[in-house]
Amino acid sequence: MPTPSRYWREIPQRYRLEANACKSCGIKFFPPRQICPECGNKELEPDKLAEKGKILTYTVIRVPPHQFVDQAPFAVGIVELEDGVKLTGQIVDCDFEDLKIGKEVKIEFRKISQEGESGILCYGYKFVPV
Amino acid sequence: MEGIVGYGAYIPRNRIKVEEIAKVWGADAPSYKKGLMLEEKSVPSPDQDTITMAVEASKNALKRAKIDPLEIGAVYIGSESHPYAVKPSGTVLAEALGAIPEVHTADFEFACKAGTEGMFVALGLVKSGFIKYGLGVGADTSQGAPGDALEYSAAAGAAAFIFGKENIVAEIHETYAFMTDTPDFWRREYQYYPQHGGRFTGDPAYFKHVQGAALGIMKKAGMEPSDFTYVIFHQPNGKFPFRVGKMLGFKKEQIETGWLVNKLGNTYSGSSPLGLTAVLDIAKPGDKILLVSYGSGAGSDAFILEATKRIEEVQDLAAKTRSILEKNKKYLEYGEYAKFRRKIRKAE
Repeated sequence: MPTPSRYWREIPQRYRLEANACKSCGIKFFPPRQICPECGNKELEPDKLAEKGKILTYTVIRVPPHQFVDQAPFAVGIVELEDGVKLTGQIVDCDFEDLKIGKEVKIEFRKISQEGESGILCYGYKFVPV
Repeated sequence: MEGIVGYGAYIPRNRIKVEEIAKVWGADAPSYKKGLMLEEKSVPSPDQDTITMAVEASKNALKRAKIDPLEIGAVYIGSESHPYAVKPSGTVLAEALGAIPEVHTADFEFACKAGTEGMFVALGLVKSGFIKYGLGVGADTSQGAPGDALEYSAAAGAAAFIFGKENIVAEIHETYAFMTDTPDFWRREYQYYPQHGGRFTGDPAYFKHVQGAALGIMKKAGMEPSDFTYVIFHQPNGKFPFRVGKMLGFKKEQIETGWLVNKLGNTYSGSSPLGLTAVLDIAKPGDKILLVSYGSGAGSDAFILEATKRIEEVQDLAAKTRSILEKNKKYLEYGEYAKFRRKIRKAE
């Protein structure tokens, strides 16, 4: 479970898919980096991930970590976004028999988890069929 | 002239039929269906709440408004199901849209009227010149007590409206509010389910206030029912909007386009605002629209709108409300519905 401060630090990425890109070699980073690991360049510009993509691979989780027990079974996949970035996330609003590699999905804002009955609610991105 | 620059809707995919609920409680489904004019209602998934639906509806509104979120000066969510008792829903919405930090944010509550309250205030700030754009959202994931008549109708959905003075899709010609202290429906602090006054929610509550607001705004604007192409009333069930429409002199055809409740249920703060999105989806330039909300407690907000030439340019820029309502539906059995709505007590 994230602490409120850790959750807060990740809000720009979790809510708005904020990334950055190396001004020299153009590689996109999510979450954003301060130095490009490819060319060592320190000049990176703000960027944002695409909100649509295709499922590259997926699996169905039936025995999840305890904070996701109420959501089980659920699908998790790696999606290649339209900008080429590969992103892992839950795939929801899709019956398991309709999950297919290559299926078009889009990002939707959902509740990811909650800290028990009295802690913070954690929001972020999930994938849904287009 | 100020008005709506962009609008958007969001409805969860899950549905439960009246028969499925009636079966569990030994109730007579046909009489409920006939009495409420209701077939099924939307149900949020466990990972959906007022905030998540408000974000998605607002993103659809932004697609139609085509504005920079940083230019939004006010973000207001009206709901009776804000996920936190203490901590705003609006901050999450404003962050998710990228409208922070120079934005005034507040959460409104007024039973089913909270959505139009947010719209009313956002519009007022735009009209006064305090802000360039204002966002008003009505969203709810409301609960009815198990077995209560409200359980057949309490549903989930959200509608969002961005107000401004440029590139308007619907001008707002007039606004009006009508309110008295009427305890027809309430939920006390720490109580999970609301209570209501049964038939008392009718004549002295819904009908008095909706009629009061509709008559008041038409008098203020010098208009009558035949001047409007469409009218949207709050939809706590299927019958009330048609009955109040008839009392006021509106025809069935004026009401039907924005009447979603038979397949959607009562989305509380999202109810009449979602009806407005369905009307804007098909409105033609020059169409005049009357919107009258209702919130128990009790009061009604009324708006007179006129679609502009830009309406047809934006209708296809985001998903249309009736298409969201009909697409990708998943029907739940009562057990799954009870789990989704956290009606089952579990060990900690």
